[in-house]
Amino acid sequence: MAEKLISIDGVAKRFPGAGGETTVFEDLWLRIDRGEFVCVIGHSGCGKTTLLNILAGLDSPSEGAILVGGKEIQGPSLDRAVIFQGHALLPWLTVLGNVAYAVSSRWRSAPRSEVEARARKAIATVGLAGAEGKRPSELSGGMKQRVGIARALAIEPTIMLMDEPFSALDALTRGTLQEEARRICRETGQTVYMITHDVDEAIYLADRIVLMTNGPRARIAEVVVNPLPADRRQGQIHHDPHYYAVRNHLIDFLVSRSVILRDTPPPDYDQRNPPVIRLDGRTPVAHAA
Amino acid sequence: MTLSLRMRGAIVSLLLLGAFLGAWHLAVGGVSATQVMDPEYAKLMGITATQGKSAMPGPLDVGRTILTHLADPFYVKGANDKGIGIQLIYSIGRVMVGYILAVLVAIPVGFVIGMSPVMNRALDPFIQILKPVSPLAWMPLALYTIKDSGISSIFVIFICSLWPMMINTAFGVAGVRKEWLNVALTLEVGTLRRAFTIILPAAAPTILTGMRISIGIAWLVIVAAEMLVGGTGIGYFVWNEWNNLSITNVITSILVIGVVGMLLDQILAWCQHLVTFPE
Repeated sequence: MAEKLISIDGVAKRFPGAGGETTVFEDLWLRIDRGEFVCVIGHSGCGKTTLLNILAGLDSPSEGAILVGGKEIQGPSLDRAVIFQGHALLPWLTVLGNVAYAVSSRWRSAPRSEVEARARKAIATVGLAGAEGKRPSELSGGMKQRVGIARALAIEPTIMLMDEPFSALDALTRGTLQEEARRICRETGQTVYMITHDVDEAIYLADRIVLMTNGPRARIAEVVVNPLPADRRQGQIHHDPHYYAVRNHLIDFLVSRSVILRDTPPPDYDQRNPPVIRLDGRTPVAHAA
Repeated sequence: MTLSLRMRGAIVSLLLLGAFLGAWHLAVGGVSATQVMDPEYAKLMGITATQGKSAMPGPLDVGRTILTHLADPFYVKGANDKGIGIQLIYSIGRVMVGYILAVLVAIPVGFVIGMSPVMNRALDPFIQILKPVSPLAWMPLALYTIKDSGISSIFVIFICSLWPMMINTAFGVAGVRKEWLNVALTLEVGTLRRAFTIILPAAAPTILTGMRISIGIAWLVIVAAEMLVGGTGIGYFVWNEWNNLSITNVITSILVIGVVGMLLDQILAWCQHLVTFPE
């Protein structure tokens, strides 16, 4: 059995509102193993970004706790890198400056040459060698997001948190970046929590796909285990015999079941062990929390 | 043939300047003797009365005066007769000292206000009340407490430069994009390093805008302050020449004050350009 890295234990988030408290989600349970790629799908307002912010340490839960490697999250950490939706590059720094800023935050006493070498290596990994001296304003959307990935990679995190990293890109660039993200994450053994609205992206990237019902009071409706083989290739996944079963399941969920499952959960529904869905014809195996 | 926009603008500028100088020259030029009078009496009355010439100098007179000032800007012929260059150095020196002191106070305080909502609310009433006070209203208080006219004018420059810089710094600091701050947070960057590496560069264009407004105000105020306290400086020079009834020198000073003010603004505009980043 894989080693448990992240453990979301009964987490709730409530915001004070005009008409009393709003509960985004409550009693949320999920475990993520080391090296696992988890995609979260759900409609806007289901709390997936809130959960990411709590994982990042930028926000704190109203109840419950999140453990990483057995220790409770107490704020942001360099072990958990965030790839922001809007790339969030510092526009007054060059590509190299942006990545080096992260590197020098990680290794505070490292000499300048080492910082630069690490930054250059990360930039080369995302295929941007040669663009080190450019400012973010001189880069295309896809290149900016690559810099964002390089910045996250450069600090050698154990967990990567991605908030719709590719949603603002055109289809072609998105495909290329998804491929590279998957390669890089597999090579470096990253554990990934990624939010997406793109069903195909989730099917290509994720080992498990977490489906969240609509908010408020969102819950994890199901966890879909991706039946596609590990050596799947971007642009070829729709030839896989299980592809349409997964895709239809996810689309059905987004279209109708995301509301139904919030209002009337199945009778044997257990918050701590949301149903695990396998669509490869094998018998379902409960994923112990 | 189409000239560039810059060339066309320059041509119209020159035409306007020529028209203005020409009209000025014609307006102040003498016509003829207005009255027949006893030569002894005419001597007493001066050319204003005898030739119908205006006491207002013409552009040529001013031009000649400017040349004499340029030829010897740093002469000292006694306490009340110093070259315009020396007077300018006094004024610029006071503005610089007062302004730099204001930078040293306004930017850190602006940072505190911008970063702390509590301090923002706490200091807001003081700023709102003190900001609209004419800097010259501080002069008597400064003279009474400091007992030195030179330092008092520096204090007045300090107080008038303070507010635009402080308010702009606070505004710039408070408006730093959340995502940039989140980047610093997720990289576990400490408060001090965050202030210098994220907030300062992000807010720098706004801070420089405030500094530019401040230097403009400081240069406006120094002339008035020096008129009030006297002794040295370009403001004192203007008032002294008014007492000498030398309108030529007054007009020369106005031009010089304008040119220096423009240069100060351009220097800060250049600094602003340096810290501005394209998004």
